[in-house]
Amino acid sequence: MELLLDSLFNGVAIGSVLLVAALGLAIVFGLMGVINLAHGELMMLGAYTTYVTQLIFKLPILKPFYNSYIIVSIFLAFIVSGVVGILLEKTIIRKLYGSPLETLLATWGVSLILQQFVRSVPLAYGTGLVISLLIGLFLPTTFPSKIKESINFKYFKFSSWIFAALTGVLTGSVISSSVSKLSRASARNVDVTAPSWMRGQVEIIGTAFPKTRLMIIVITLISVIAITLFLNQSAWGMRIRAVTQNRQMSDCLGISTEKVDIITFGIGSGLAGVAGVAVSLLGSVGPNVGGNYIVGCFMVVVLGGVGNLLGTVLASFGIGIMTDLIGAGRLLSIWPDMPLPLSNTINFFATTSMARVMIFALIVIFLQFKPTGLFPQKGRMVEN
Amino acid sequence: MSLSKIKFDKKIVLSFWIILIALIIAAPTLLPVFRLNLLGRYLSLSIVALGVDLIWGYTGLLSLGQGIFFALGGYCAAMYLQITSSSEFPNNIPEFFALYGVEKLPFFWEPFRSPVFTFLAIWIIPALVAGLIGFLVFRNRIKGVYFSILTQASLLVFFNFFNGQQKLINGTNGLKTDVTQLFGQMVGSESMQRIFFWITAILVIAAWFFAKWVVKGRFGNILIGIRDDEPRVRFTGYNPVIFKTIIFSIAGGLAGISGALYTVQSGIVSPQFMTVPFSIEMVIWVAVGGRGTLLGAILGAVFINYAKSLVSEALPASWMFIQGGLFILVVTALPEGVLGWIQGDGPRNLLQRFGLKRKIETYPSLEVNNKEGNNE
Repeated sequence: MELLLDSLFNGVAIGSVLLVAALGLAIVFGLMGVINLAHGELMMLGAYTTYVTQLIFKLPILKPFYNSYIIVSIFLAFIVSGVVGILLEKTIIRKLYGSPLETLLATWGVSLILQQFVRSVPLAYGTGLVISLLIGLFLPTTFPSKIKESINFKYFKFSSWIFAALTGVLTGSVISSSVSKLSRASARNVDVTAPSWMRGQVEIIGTAFPKTRLMIIVITLISVIAITLFLNQSAWGMRIRAVTQNRQMSDCLGISTEKVDIITFGIGSGLAGVAGVAVSLLGSVGPNVGGNYIVGCFMVVVLGGVGNLLGTVLASFGIGIMTDLIGAGRLLSIWPDMPLPLSNTINFFATTSMARVMIFALIVIFLQFKPTGLFPQKGRMVEN
Repeated sequence: MSLSKIKFDKKIVLSFWIILIALIIAAPTLLPVFRLNLLGRYLSLSIVALGVDLIWGYTGLLSLGQGIFFALGGYCAAMYLQITSSSEFPNNIPEFFALYGVEKLPFFWEPFRSPVFTFLAIWIIPALVAGLIGFLVFRNRIKGVYFSILTQASLLVFFNFFNGQQKLINGTNGLKTDVTQLFGQMVGSESMQRIFFWITAILVIAAWFFAKWVVKGRFGNILIGIRDDEPRVRFTGYNPVIFKTIIFSIAGGLAGISGALYTVQSGIVSPQFMTVPFSIEMVIWVAVGGRGTLLGAILGAVFINYAKSLVSEALPASWMFIQGGLFILVVTALPEGVLGWIQGDGPRNLLQRFGLKRKIETYPSLEVNNKEGNNE
């Protein structure tokens, strides 16, 4: 029993990392049909945001609140990755709707650039750049509608961008002068240390669970609930679903599809940032941290059925539990006296990398029988 | 798009070939050893690019897993070289086996004692694996991005497998070929490398003609049909699964040959050949050169890799930016690639934009003129 509980918990822990990472992808890929290979790098940005937040909270002014930095960084990571995602949508992806293969290649290019960016630009100035992007993109939308509709709006826009750039440079230099670790570019991996209340273990029904894992499960749970509520209960969620079902008809009915695209992509990217916070708690953070997750995320989305959040949830927990069962060789401890050839096979796959081989092979086999995943889309638009 | 659009004079074509052959023969004396070796490697990469062009440019299948077949070819060649030059090691098996306590050659490596089998295996095994993967995927009508994701997942399966199996294939370390012997000569030696360069150059040309032959005629037309409208091809009575499987396994075979040539010239084959970035890079060579133009794939592979080595030598950090920018640029601004742009109306449009060439009166503009005339 204890063994089973342990295994279940490990599986759920692995699955929840996968789920929080795949959630944003499920939205971007499932609802918009956009293949975003830079998703892993948006996660990486979220992880770096956690690192930067942590260092900033070590400053004397914010020191008393240090323990809460991880909560703050969840919101900041959402904003940072969301803003970068919106920029990506506005500049590149918008031109490529309807040609997914081209999007795939272009976003791969973006991911290379983002990877090299965190290697060769000091994080302080990276933060400054993100802040100026944030202000530049959002300040014009807060103007009163009188200004927005005037002919001179472009001058207002321009001046707000200048303001944004100045603020960005200012914050960049302030951060780089006060936090020396952020003032130099470095390709080395960095480490996020969990605040004291998150270290150690919790005992539930006689089994000890590490607190960071529990935290990740909580983050995942909150993200899933929030995104489900947003999609099903809010007005914008309804518009997003409408555009997913029939873009032209929604357009005719007065839904601004352009805005819907931006919001959908922004939220999907922001969720990648949240996933980045979760990932930063698991190990060291480097430019390649997102690349380890991207293919797994795609497998989750494809396995669950595109455009279906329930499928994504089930698929990620399924993969998580299977990974734990195979990778830790748990079947052997559950059933110790199994025949020799079988136990040899299980031992052969009982490493992390071989478990991956097995899982992917199983998924490919599964897709032979259900090519469209657990919960396929129905209707006549499916072929397109 | 197709080459046949532009008809060259026969004399020009002939002199082109003579110059090309002269260059290939003279290259070892013109270039320093290091550069020659690089050129040889990049030429061998252009063979895998030809395969990518066949499946992506002509058939519309974007495979992100060509690295599997590339590495398989490389492993076949490297294992043969290791086995034939293992006589001085204990048990007559390659040295690395002793590190992991393996005393007998694993059974599936036994056939690689024979050179004939190896030369066949280098392209047949990758082709068979590609055919199998392709058939399983195509049978379910998995296409478009799903195909790309699945090939990428298979790439990871192979990568993790090869990475984890020390006892069978030396795991992460890969197989070295530098110090092995072939026909009594050291593979890493200068004279052998020169021969490998010539073999590569000949095979690139052969592969080019082979690819041209494949896309010519009805078979090529069906491939293009599948790319442009697959359901229509199916309704016309052709089974796209067969054609897609065949072309995918042809591309796999080409990748295998390419991998073998690359391995003997770079001196090592390792699971690094099966990483995700490398397989996507292959696509960008074709995209920049011009997809659907076979020559573009060759030129793209050679030039981009040369640019990569030159830029990386000068400014190591900037190559990632340039490469990332290339991906974005070629997709958004130059979807036909450089060669496609030249063969299309690219240069003329550019000249027109600067007012250097007169605009050609085309049908729509004539129509507009007529309408105006009627209104008056």
